[in-house]
Parts: sequence; structure tokens; C-alpha cells
Amino acid sequence: MKLRPAIGIVALVIALVAAQLVLRAMDKEYCLTQLTMAIYYAIVVIGLCFIMGYAGQVSLGHGAFFAIGGYTTAVLTTYDFSRFEAAAWGRALKQAHVFVVRQDMYGSDVLNAAPWAAFVTAMAATLVIAVLIGYPALRLKGHYLTMATLGFGLIVYKIILGSTLTGTTDGIVGVPAWSFGTVAAISGKSAARVQNYYIACGIALLVLVLLRNLVRSRVGRALRAIHDHETAANAMGINTARYKLKAFVASALLAALAGVLLTHYTGGVNPSEAGAMKSVRYVALAAAGGTTNLWGAAVVSIVLNFLSLRGWFGSYDNAVFGALLIAIVSLAPEGPLKPLGLLLRRFSGRWLAGGRSNDGAA
Amino acid sequence: MLLQVKNLRCGYGSLEVVHGISLHVCPGEIVGLLGGNGAGKTTLLKALVGLLRPWRGEILVNGRPVHNQPAWRCVSNAVALVPEGRQIFADMTVRENLLIGGYHNAYRRMDVEMVLERFPRLAERIHQLGGTLSGGEQQMLALGRALMARPKMLLLDEPSMGLAPMMAKEVFAEIVKLKDLGVTVFLVEQNAAATLAIADRAYVMETGEIILEGEAAELMHNAAVKRAYLGKGYKEIWE
Repeated sequence: MKLRPAIGIVALVIALVAAQLVLRAMDKEYCLTQLTMAIYYAIVVIGLCFIMGYAGQVSLGHGAFFAIGGYTTAVLTTYDFSRFEAAAWGRALKQAHVFVVRQDMYGSDVLNAAPWAAFVTAMAATLVIAVLIGYPALRLKGHYLTMATLGFGLIVYKIILGSTLTGTTDGIVGVPAWSFGTVAAISGKSAARVQNYYIACGIALLVLVLLRNLVRSRVGRALRAIHDHETAANAMGINTARYKLKAFVASALLAALAGVLLTHYTGGVNPSEAGAMKSVRYVALAAAGGTTNLWGAAVVSIVLNFLSLRGWFGSYDNAVFGALLIAIVSLAPEGPLKPLGLLLRRFSGRWLAGGRSNDGAA
Repeated sequence: MLLQVKNLRCGYGSLEVVHGISLHVCPGEIVGLLGGNGAGKTTLLKALVGLLRPWRGEILVNGRPVHNQPAWRCVSNAVALVPEGRQIFADMTVRENLLIGGYHNAYRRMDVEMVLERFPRLAERIHQLGGTLSGGEQQMLALGRALMARPKMLLLDEPSMGLAPMMAKEVFAEIVKLKDLGVTVFLVEQNAAATLAIADRAYVMETGEIILEGEAAELMHNAAVKRAYLGKGYKEIWE
């Protein structure tokens, strides 16, 4: 029992390292950029899996939460706060290193929020917004959360498109790197490509392991119980409304986290991140991985997003993900990996037992 | 009195289903609630555990009003529900189902052993998924799951529903055995004969009202009750 999760982690680590080495050997290391981006997107998808598979709620607003994370960071780290420098709060924040002086692309000094401060703000904003949306929607049974988040996503998209603060249709560019001392930095510099690939891998694995432990705990059991029979769960003494809200907020925070990280990585953010199609894509990927299979969702999401970012699907990009969603829902609602995994297990017996624990619910 | 219901009215939307019901259950009793389909039995139970808010009237557990509490608090009153249709968590193992029953019970891992001793059939299937059990085993699991909360009172909603007669008999035998745990039972059933055979007292409910109450033995011999509520074939079989 104890070995199984380790097998999953080790396999994924080996695959990720192998991907980097193979790409280097093939002299195609530039592909790592898209792979890194795909890994950040995967964080959104596994967060969505958590709420879809374990709390039984579908959110069509994760693109918007991603955008809230990304845009909060982008605005705060590029907006010039110089004119507030004289004010008492401006000085105080500068002394606290919340505001830092930086050179913009023309070489003049600007006063921006430090990345960590922008990150904290982004998370706090997401937390508040997710609670405001989730609290009323999750008290009701049924698909109210889906509708609320769909509407919310459309509103966020329109606000971003229409607001000069967020750069309207152009989005925001020139977002600085997020440095952790001199050791590492989340940036899009090609020299830091390999380093950033491993940073992304590390963060995604951490999220995956944390979520995996969470769904195995008492909390996870409670969530699965709610998913199965809400009445019975209630009668067991589980505060179903609060659990669903917590799961939703956690999931939204992960989306925002991915938004912050990817924005620092690519050095900018654009309105398409908040589009409804992005949210649908996340749902499609979560479904394709099997919503109760966090590892599966991570792998499927990384592969498909990578292909999409490399332009494999051309102008059919959105159609591919739409078709994927339709196919999954009609052919294998529990995710294609589950029947596939069962088949594999039959052949290889104990060795793939790791696959079984990955199913979580199985 | 462990449970006291005073003039309870409740329903769905604008439709009143339960029209002012009063009843009580004393510690250690097995009390039956009989009635046909649509009599309002399940609605009453839902109100008792807080899944429905009563429109009027009071529900007292150990003398404390509970009718404004959310459903998830009912276990803290030491009242556990075995819901209609069992509602076993199909994708969880037997063990996980039991653990979730003891969600608020700090000694749940210990109590799993207690339940398994009680229901050896569950011990054999401890790692099986709840959904793969037979109907009778699922009912035992639902009982065990409810016991995991260490309740003083169990509310059972049609435990014999959909079970083969043999299985139903076993379930009723288990319910009688609950007495040695000191658990009080409020048993909602359609199977009047089996219920009256194990109950101390019973209420008979029809279209949202209680039309008869009394000692089980007494009701058993009440010809009017028999004809009306103890099954269609009563006349041919018993008279």
C-alpha cells in the first residue's frame, strides 16, 4: 500500500526528466518552453479535477480565475506607482520592499509591486471572489455553480477586454521575472529554460502530491461521500455546503496560482486566457484524464496542451478540445484512462497496482 | 423522553405533506411508524434530522429543540439516520463507508472493529467497494455506518425495502439486537407485520396524519389496522 503512490511519483519524475533529456539530445530544447507552459496549465486542470471528481461540481470559470491571478500579477508588477512614492503609504510600502524600483524596457526607473506581493494580492483577490461566487451557488443542489461560474467568466472576460488598466485586447507585456534571491527565477529567458522547466515540474508535482494526500484523508472521504449521496453525507454529520465551498475555493486558488506563475514565465498575459473556450478546455482536459484520477488528468493535460501550444491542431484548436469533451462525455464518462487502466492491469497484474490507487475511487 | 415531536407540519414548496403530527420515543424503545406509500413517513424523517425545515411545531431531542439545526448537526444530538434506499457510498470500500459514518467520532478506527464483530459478513468484504455488495449486505453496512456515530437513537427508513424476505428477516433480527447496545430505534416501515413483531409501540400514519397509536401487540390484534395497513392479502390469509 505504501509503495504505490511512490511508484506514481517516481514514474512521473522519470518521464519529465526523460522528456528534457530527449529534447536536448534531439537538439529541440526550445520545445521545453511549451512544455513548461503546458505544465502550468496542468495545475489548473488538476485543481479542476479536485472539484469535479471529488466534490461533484463543475466550474466553467477556471479560465477567469487563471486570468485574475495572471492579471493581478501583471498589473501590479508593471503599473508605475512612482506618483504615490511621496505619499505616506507609498513610502511605507517601499520601505517594506512591497514596492521595488526597476528599470522598464526604455531604461527609466519605475516603481512596481514586488512579485511576491503581487502574488499574495492575487491569491487574496481570488479567495474573496471565489467565496462570493461559491457561497450562494453551492448552497443549492444541482448545477448552479456551473451557471454562476459561466456567467462570472464571461463578465471577467468583458471587463478585461474593456479596461485600459488591463491593456484591453493587447493584454499586458513586460512582466518582470520572479526571482528567488540569486538562486532561481521564473522567467522566459532562453538561458533559464531548463531551470524553469524543472521549477514548473517541481511546483506541479508538489500540488499533485498535496491534493493526492488530501483526497485520501478524512476530508477526501467526506468530499467523495458528498459526491455520491449528499443526503447520506449530511446525515453522517458532514457540513456539505461548507466542504463544497472549501473545495471550490482551493480549486480556484490553484487556477490563480497557475495564472501568476505562467504570467511571470511568459512575461505577459492576454485576454484569451479569460475566454470561455479556455474554461471549456480545462473541463475537457479534466474529463479526459478522468476526474477522479489526478495523475491521469495531469498527464493528459500536459500532452494535449503541449501539442496545442506547438500548433499541431492548427486552427482547429478549440474544435479539438470541444470534440474531446463530447467524445468523453458520451463514450467514457469516467475518463478513458479507467477502462484502459483496467485492461492494462489485467495483463500486468501487480506491477500496475499503482494505477489502481491513482483512480482514487476505484 | 428521547424524542418528542409536537404538532409538526412540513412539506415541499407550497405542498404540506405532514399535517400536524405529535409523537414521542422513550429511551430503549423500538417504536414503529407504519404507513403506505405517500403517507409522509420519509418527509417526517427528513424533518427529524434537519433535511427539511418544519413549517410549524417542535422537535425535541432530550428536551432540546433541534428543528432549526442544519442536517449535519443531527449526529451531534446522538441521532443517526439510515436513509431510505441505504445510500451506500458505492465507490468507497466497506471500511471507508464505516469510517465516514464515524466522521465526528474520534475513536472511529476502534469502532470499525466493533461494527465488524457485529456484522461478520462485512468483515469478509472489508476491502470490497460498497456498490458491489448485495442488497442485504448493503443494509447491514448502512446500519453499521450509522452505528459508527455512536448514536443514542437510530432512525431507520424502510430497511426492508427491496430485500428478499430472508434478508429482511435478518435485518429485523439485527435491529432487535441493537437493544443490547442501548440504542433506541425509530423504525419507519411498510412491512407492518414484521415491524409490529419487533416493536414495543407503533404509530400508524395515513396522508400526513397519525390515525392510530398504541402497543405493538395491541395493534397487531386490531382488525381495523390489519385490514387497512397490514397488506392487501390480509383478509384471505388471516380471517
